[in-house]
Order: sequence, then structure tokens, then C-alpha cells
Amino acid sequence: MAGDVSIKIIGVGNEWRGDDGAGVAVARALREKALPGVIVLEATGEGAALMAAWQGADVVILVDAVRSGAGPGKIHRFDARDEHLPTDFFHYSTHAFSVAEAVELARVLNRLPPRLIVYGIEGKTYEAGAGLSPEVAQGVEQVVERIGAEVARLKVGFDSHTNIE
Amino acid sequence: MSTTSKPKRTRTLKVDYLARVEGEGALYIKIKGDTVTDAELRIFEPPRFFEAFMRGRMFTEIPDITARICGICPIAYQMGASYAMEDACGVSVVGPIRDLRHLIYCGEWIESHALHVFMLHAPDFLGYQDVIALAKDHPDIAQMGLRLKKIGNDVMTMLGGREIHPINPRVGGFYRAPSRKELNTLVEDLTWARQASIDTLKFTATLPFPDFEQDYEFVALRHEDEYAILEGRLVSNRGLDVPIHEFLDHAYEEHVPHSTSLHAAMKGRGAYMVGPLARYNLNFDKLVPIAQKAALEVGLGRECRNPFKSIMVRSVELIHACDVALDLIENYEQPPRPYIDVKPRAGTGVGCTEAPRGICWHRYTIDDTGIVQDARIVPPTSQNQKVMESDMRHFVEQNLDLPHDDLQWQCEQGIRNYDPCISCSCHFLKLHVERE
Repeated sequence: MAGDVSIKIIGVGNEWRGDDGAGVAVARALREKALPGVIVLEATGEGAALMAAWQGADVVILVDAVRSGAGPGKIHRFDARDEHLPTDFFHYSTHAFSVAEAVELARVLNRLPPRLIVYGIEGKTYEAGAGLSPEVAQGVEQVVERIGAEVARLKVGFDSHTNIE
Repeated sequence: MSTTSKPKRTRTLKVDYLARVEGEGALYIKIKGDTVTDAELRIFEPPRFFEAFMRGRMFTEIPDITARICGICPIAYQMGASYAMEDACGVSVVGPIRDLRHLIYCGEWIESHALHVFMLHAPDFLGYQDVIALAKDHPDIAQMGLRLKKIGNDVMTMLGGREIHPINPRVGGFYRAPSRKELNTLVEDLTWARQASIDTLKFTATLPFPDFEQDYEFVALRHEDEYAILEGRLVSNRGLDVPIHEFLDHAYEEHVPHSTSLHAAMKGRGAYMVGPLARYNLNFDKLVPIAQKAALEVGLGRECRNPFKSIMVRSVELIHACDVALDLIENYEQPPRPYIDVKPRAGTGVGCTEAPRGICWHRYTIDDTGIVQDARIVPPTSQNQKVMESDMRHFVEQNLDLPHDDLQWQCEQGIRNYDPCISCSCHFLKLHVERE
């Protein structure tokens, strides 16, 4: 079918741990936009489930909260096929097998999707309880915009690249 | 273990952040001459006060609250809390609803054991920093581990609604029971998983194990008809044989200065071990025949006192969990209602189940409207802390001649024998070894 590129957006996190809910907030905002041809998922970040979730997609955009020491709300973007993810950014503890480990293990096992873009939003607090801090809420809005634009570009880019008619 | 020929030298082994364990903590070992003077698991994960904030909540909310204690063994918490509430209210869940509980718990064992065996523990034995490095040389092993874990996740998702912090279990049973047809979709994968678990055991049997046998008191649930997971009496190889209500008559928990997690011990006897090795030694006769046979075929024997071989025992339990899951699905009849009614009444109830890491004990007191007055949870990792420390002490004393880096590596590996879940016991891991 013309223009059919399967895109999955996966928001990772735990909405009950403060800014860890940033990825989930992005997923929900993007779901409301109902971008055509885009599947939006929420995930806890468990590695095996993530690897299963991105199977079959041409493009996967993954969003998670990160802790790199940058200012709250700062946005990081990685093209995971071209660069390694810094494992200490995505520290989360399901027995140390989370977003970065899943991506790096998938790379070794040749199970990365054709394109994998990872957005990280710098969190401020991960205390128990719902709600994003204002800086992170702003970061979420920006990432929603950027992904919206990126999806539009990707569809065009992917179509011309794969020459689907 | 003392010598007079060598000058006394203090050495310190430090692991500042133990990787591949859940939560945050450190291991500190001080060696004076040939003697280990200190072996401490220093746990600095902040305490989370779960027991305090459950007071004042409805008894029906507790399984969902306690499930948040752990991302890797939420079923243990949901089931322990549910059984305790049902005990307090004078009802018991039997038949197909109990079978579904048994099934979802098998799912948790499969995903948790597969994660630990392949992703966390196997790299230690093969000399890799992590599973990513292991996967470069042994992609087939990593793929097998991932698929096994995924199948465990699928069982939990089918019955629990999602693989982490399932939302379908409740006091009295489940919100929704799956149809036979739905469960049948798991059969093909579980059949593969059972064979893959046998292959896993054969693989783990080829790993190099340090010669390290210890004389442990093993504590586990024991059930007349099955390899206990959901319920049973608490038994040990040193004479403990009591109903779960009497656990705290025999065991106690204490604060130690170097840990935010409580340490448990048996009154008058001290350290004891819970988890796969304890279950295996106490309940070998209750394993399904295919698991017993596979264990004996690889030479594991009916008893195992080498904690490093826990990776083999977890593999045996993988076989068991897959086989039991298949059997439960084959004999499943969808219940007319997915739960039984549980009406609150004032009282105290106890629940104890076998989490992948060992017994997880719960006690709650509720009033006649179902409001929680008091809560007490004894998770597996707090029970194993003393044996982890004594293992480290003995292991280091036996291996003082090892180069520092090798000793440090094996100490970390020795802690991972217990698959410790520090997030449950309060969170892990730094290692300090100081030699004087």
C-alpha cells in the first residue's frame, strides 16, 4: 500500500513515580492526536516486553525519563541504530534489564527495528506519587511536538527511501 | 585459618555498586591476616514504609499496594496479601480459581528465573560483564533466555492484564477469568519452554562451580500434594514444622546498623536460607517427575549445598513451573465466577507464598469494616541477608590466595547466588574488601 510505513511510539515509565511518568505522558498526548498509521503504546520498560513490542515495526520512537545530570526537562535524542545508548541515563530497576540494556542486547542479537529513535526527558524528581514537575511537563510538550514533526518527515523520508508506490 | 609466618595485613574488598541486582547496596569485607573480621551487606536503599502506609486502607486495596513493592515479583506480594486477607475473613479459595493463582505464579517464576539465570547470573560464570557481552559470543543462549522470559511474561499478561504489577488478581480470586480457549493459546509456547528449560539445565550443568558447600538451615513451605508455591507449612531441615501463623514464634527480625533492611534469623539458631536451594532440598520429592529426572540426569542429586549451583536449581524449577503450567491449562475449567465473595470481619490473617527468591510472609489485622489496623511483611531478601554475609565470610577465607579482582568478581557472583531483591527488602550493590 502506498505510504504505509508502520510507526510505533512507545512511552516508557511509571506514572506513579513523579517524572518517571514523562514517557507515558508523551504517549497519551500523541494518542490523542491520532496520527494516521501510528501505533502508540505504553510500557513499563521491562526489556523483554520492549523487544517484543517493537517487533514488526519499521520505525520505533521510544520515550523515557532519564537521569544524566542535565537540567530538568532537557531533551535528549538518540538515533539508536547509529549510536549506543548510555546505560547510566536510563537507570531503572527491573533487575537491570531496562531500556538501554534492551536496545544494546537487541543490537547484538540483530533484533533492532530498521529505525529506532529514543527520546530522553531529563527528570527532576522520582518520588512516589503522581504528577510531573513543571519543567518536565514542558519537556513533554516539546517532545510531543518534535515527534509529531518527526513522524511527518519519517513517512515522507521512508517512502522516498524505500520507493513504495 | 591463621598463620604465623605472614605479617598481619588488612585488606579491604569493596564493590561500590553491585551490578545486576535489584536495588542499591554495597558489600564490605575486611580481612585481617587470614581472617575475615567483617562481612557486611550494606543496604542504603531508603526504607519505604509500606507497612505504615497500608494502615487505614481497605483490605481489598492491599494486594495492589503491596504489588508495588517489587517489579519482578509482584505476584508474590499480591498472592501473599490476598491469602492473608482471606484467612482473616475466614474464607479459602479452591478449585479453578486457585488453579489460576497457581498458573499466574508459575508465570512469575518463569520470567523471574529466566531473567536471573540468563541475564544476571550466567554472565558471571562465563566471565562476561553482562548479558550483552555474553550475547555477542553466545547469541543462541541469550535468545533462549529472552524467549523463556517472554513466555513467563505472557502467562502473567494473560492472567494479570500486564506483565508488571498485574491488575487482574484480587482478594477472593480474579476480576476476570480467562476462557479455556484463551489459555490454550499459551500451550505451544509453554511446551517449547519446558524443553528449553531442560536444555537450560543441561547448559548450566556445564558451568564451572567453585567448590563451596555450606551447612545451612533451609526454610521453605511444604505442601502435601505439590511443590509448594501458594501455601503449606513452614518446614526446615533443623526441625521447624509449623503452620505459617506461628512463623514469628520461631523467627525474628532485627535492625543492624549497616542496613536499612531488617535481618531475619531463627530464634536460638541464627541464619537460615530461603529460596530455590531451600525448596529443592526440602521438597525434591514434590517436583514433577520430569524435573526430578532432569536434575538427576545432570548429576545434581537430591541435595545441593553449594549456593553457586542455585543457577542449576533455578533451571530445575523452570522445568517444574512450565510442566505445572501446562498441566493446569490442560485440566482448566472456567469457573462460573472469577472470585468468591470475601466479607470483612475483625481479625488477623496470615499469608505466605514462595516468591522466586523464597518465602514472602504477610500478616494483617483488619477491623470489622475491613480497614487495615496493622501490617507486617517479611520478604525473602531480608531473610537471606545473614546467610549472604556468612557465605561471603567463608568464601573469602577459603579463597584468600585469589588475586584481588578474581576474589571481588566471585564475591559479587556469590551475592547473586541469592538473586537478591533489595527493592523488596527495603534495594543493591557495592563491594568493599579491606585487608589489614
